[in-house]
Order: sequence, then C-alpha cells, then structure tokens
Amino acid sequence: MSTMAHTLSDSATMLRRNLRHMQRYPSLTLMIIGMPVVFLLLFVYVFGGTLGAGLGGTSGGRAEYATYVTPGILLITIAGVAQGTAISVAMDMTEGIVARFRTMSIARVSVLTGHVVGSLIQTMLGLAAVTGIALLVGFRPTANPVEWLAATGLLAAVTFAITWLSVALGMVSKSVETASNLPMPLLLLPFLGSGFVPTDSMPAGLRWFAEYQPFTPVMETLRGLLVGGPIGSSATQALAWCAAISLLGYLWARRLYDRDASR
Amino acid sequence: MTTTSRRPAIAATGLRKTYGEHVVLDGIDLHVAEGTVFALLGPNGAGKTTTVHILSTLIRADAGDVRVLGHDLTREPDRVRAGIGVTGQFSAVDGLLTGAENLKLMADLLHLGRAAGRRRTADLLERFDLVDAAGKPAATYSGGMRRRLDLAMTLVGEPRLIFLDEPTTGLDPRSRRAMWQIIRDLVAGGVTIFLTTQYLEEADQLADRIAVLDHGRLVAEGTAEELKRRVPGGHIRLRFADGDALALASRVLGDAPRDEEALTLRVPSDGGVRSLRALLDRLDDAAVEVESLSVHTPDLDDVFLTLTGHPTQEKVSA
Repeated sequence: MSTMAHTLSDSATMLRRNLRHMQRYPSLTLMIIGMPVVFLLLFVYVFGGTLGAGLGGTSGGRAEYATYVTPGILLITIAGVAQGTAISVAMDMTEGIVARFRTMSIARVSVLTGHVVGSLIQTMLGLAAVTGIALLVGFRPTANPVEWLAATGLLAAVTFAITWLSVALGMVSKSVETASNLPMPLLLLPFLGSGFVPTDSMPAGLRWFAEYQPFTPVMETLRGLLVGGPIGSSATQALAWCAAISLLGYLWARRLYDRDASR
Repeated sequence: MTTTSRRPAIAATGLRKTYGEHVVLDGIDLHVAEGTVFALLGPNGAGKTTTVHILSTLIRADAGDVRVLGHDLTREPDRVRAGIGVTGQFSAVDGLLTGAENLKLMADLLHLGRAAGRRRTADLLERFDLVDAAGKPAATYSGGMRRRLDLAMTLVGEPRLIFLDEPTTGLDPRSRRAMWQIIRDLVAGGVTIFLTTQYLEEADQLADRIAVLDHGRLVAEGTAEELKRRVPGGHIRLRFADGDALALASRVLGDAPRDEEALTLRVPSDGGVRSLRALLDRLDDAAVEVESLSVHTPDLDDVFLTLTGHPTQEKVSA
C-alpha cells in the first residue's frame, strides 16, 4: 500500500476506535448535546420575550427571538464538542495505548485524524438534534435545500477548524482538568458576537471586538442562509477564518504530537 | 565482553539523556545479540524506562549512536518500529475496548487483512488464556490479565525484538511465574528480549546477559554467573540474643563485621558443612549462645551491593 492509502486506512481504524469510545462512554456525548439545549430553552423561554421585543421585527417576541438565537446556539454546540474533544484527547495522551501507537509503524497523524473525524461526526449529530429542538420551540427557517446544504457545509467547516484547534489544546494540556478549561473562551465567543443580540446595541470597544471576531461572520452567514437577510462579505470572512484556524490547529497539533513523549 | 558472534539486535554506544540539570543516562553502551534475553537491572530511577523509551523510538537521546535490528534509530525510526514490540510498565491497552477489540485494533493497524487478523486474534486469545474475557472491556480486567493482553497486543505483529519494561512489577507471584513462562516460550521461538527489572531473581531466572544500571551508568555486565563471581563469596549470618553475646562472638571470630542493631554477625564462609561445624565448635568453646543462623550463597543482591556500594532500594525475593 502507498503512504496515502496507509494514512487513510490507519485513520479509519482510529476513527472506529473513537466512535466505539463514544458508544461505550455516552455520558460525554449526552452532556455535549444537553448543554446547548439548556442554553436554547433558557434564552427562548426566560429571556426570549424581552429580547425578542428589542429586535424590532414585525412579529417580535419569543418566536422571533427563537429564530434569531438559533445560529448562536449552533455555534455553542460546536464549542461544546470542542471541549469534549480536548478532554478525550488529553485523556488519551495519558493512556499507555498512545505510547504504544508511537512505537508502531503507523501513519502518525492517524491518532489525531481519528479524533477529528470522530468529533466531526459527533458534532454533526449534535447539531441535527439541537436544530430539531430549535424547530420545536419556534425556530422558523426559510431556507431552500441549497441554502440548507450550504449552511450544513459551513457548520462542518467551522467544526473541522475548531476540532483541530481543540485537539491541539487537549494535547498541550498537562492534565484533563486543564483540557476542560482551555476551550472555555470558545463558549463565550458566540455571546461576545452577534449570537444572542445584534452587535449595534453594544458599547464601542466591545462592538469592535464582536464585529471582528471569527464567530460573528459565521453566525451572520448562517442567519442569511437559514432565515434570509444580508450575507455580504460575511461568507468569505467565515471561510477564511475556518481555513486559518484549521491550518493553525493542524500544524500545532502535529508539532505537539511529534514532540518527545516524556510525560 | 561480547561472548557471541551473532548479529546484534541492539548496538548502542554513548547513549545520553538529560532532563534539564538531571542526567538520566550518562553515556551507556549496550550490545544485545539476536535471540537472547538481555536484562537491564537496576533500582527505581536508575534510567531503565528512559533506556527503553529511547530504544523503542518513543523519545530521542541527546547523544549516542544506536542501531536497532540493523537500522539507525534516528534516521530510520519507522524501519525500527516495524520490527519491534513494546510492553511497558503501565499497560498499553485501551480500557474501553474489549480484549478482542484491542487485538483487532492492532491487527488493523498492522494491515494484516481481515482473515489473517481474525486468526491471529483468536490464536493470541487462546494462547494467553483470555478467551472467556475476550468480550469484556479491558478496564474490567485484573492486573495479570491486563498484562497478558498487553503482551498479546505486542505479539500481533510478530516482532523480532520485544522490549519488556518491568513486565512483572505489581503482579502476584502466580501471575509473575506465568509471565516468566510466556517469556521463555517467546525466546524458544527465536525472539530477542530486552527486559528491564528491579527484581534480581527475575534477571537471574530469565536473562542470558545482565547489565546493572545505577544512576544512569552501567556498573557491570555479564552472565548471572559472571556477576556472582565478582563478589567475594558467601557468608554465614549469626544472630544473638543480646549485645554482650554479640561482642563476645565477634571477639572469638576475629572481628567479623557486626550489625549492632540487628544483633547479627557476618562471617565469610563457603557454606560447606565442615566449615560450618568448625565455626559452631569455636562458638561452643567460648560458651556463646547463638539464637539463629542462616547460610548465604552470593546472590545478585550481594552483586549490587558490591558494585554500587549501596543496596537496592527494594529488595524483593519473589
């Protein structure tokens, strides 16, 4: 087999291993899906009435807010999986089995790609579940099939980027606790952007940050695709951020993995 | 010191590794002939695990020239990896996968193919007495079972050189003996074993050659017999009821080294009946009461003490 075929086959083996882990240890997956659902219910039912009125739309109120907040909740879902990924990677690195993999003649990157693709699958399932619940509580998308497809593609690209980053975060952590804390800022990013309220209502400094941070163009593009509205340059910006974060995360993770395993 | 003309499985010279200020390996040379068992013996912290980590491509040495199975360690790590197997001190099994799945994982990573992989997995489960536990997650296994699964996983790829880093540490005596038998069977099959241990008996039982590692330096190397020959000889240990008897006996026997706290006296002896009788007669003549007596032929513990000037931190007689 060629090197490329080896890499693919080893990555598929590692992916099977990670999927089996998720199956055997479902509480992590449930927590990952549970958290954004709690956020969704909290924001729609507790804050939704008031926040919706502030959006200034025609219908106003809770129903309009459910539609507004869903893209933000979807990104919270992705950030939540990132945390789970960092935790599983950190746990994995403390296990002897990874030391064994390092002494075997296998494609080295496969340990990492197994985690990334596993998390990607986990996230897409989570996103589908969260979208389903959002529809139940009042999310009213207007997207046609092509727009749905584009939105799914964008979410996959964001997940891919964030997952590579969290694999690196999981590896750079000396303990599982650190791995659980490091991706925390990612959970805050949708709040410090256009996820829960429009950025115009924020004070100047925060508004500047909110408009230029990576999650805002992603959320704006999603909103444009799913419920209509201007997309403009957001799509290009979103994809550029995804490409940059993926590359950075990938290179960082590889470097950490190739480093001496002297734990 | 090499006694064999066989091709070396490991040839290392000037191996060094430091972590910051701490020198873990201070220039060691290793020569392991193919098809033999080589034991690296030393107390905790001597640098045994670091040596295994370097030789198995897990970490890089700071200096030194190493060839494993004929391949340069730094230039061709993947060629080395293809021929070795490692079973570490901390078990390298996936706790969430079952025993069978762990073996299957190895077979897949070695690209054995479906049928060959299944056959190999079944063989190893049988050979390591894990058939009944094959469907249970490895996390539920006992220490001995985990260690057997660990070694079975190492063997999926039929490596020519196996590193066993303290393979019996933490095992009960029965599991330890079972592991020794497994190791002997492997050697009979032509595999080279590089073993680290802190148990003197283990090295004595299994190894063709033993190297003694202490504070990152090799202080001796040879067969168990050669090493034992380097210590002055056996002795008889006499224990007394009180300090007066000890002092008297010490005077009678010509200032033999004594241990005031343990109330014991160490008298050089070949352990023979004749010399033993002579010794007891002398004590009888002086009317010294001996509480107990034991005969010591030199063991590797004495070797260690003689070579390093300090006893092993953990004396274990399995």
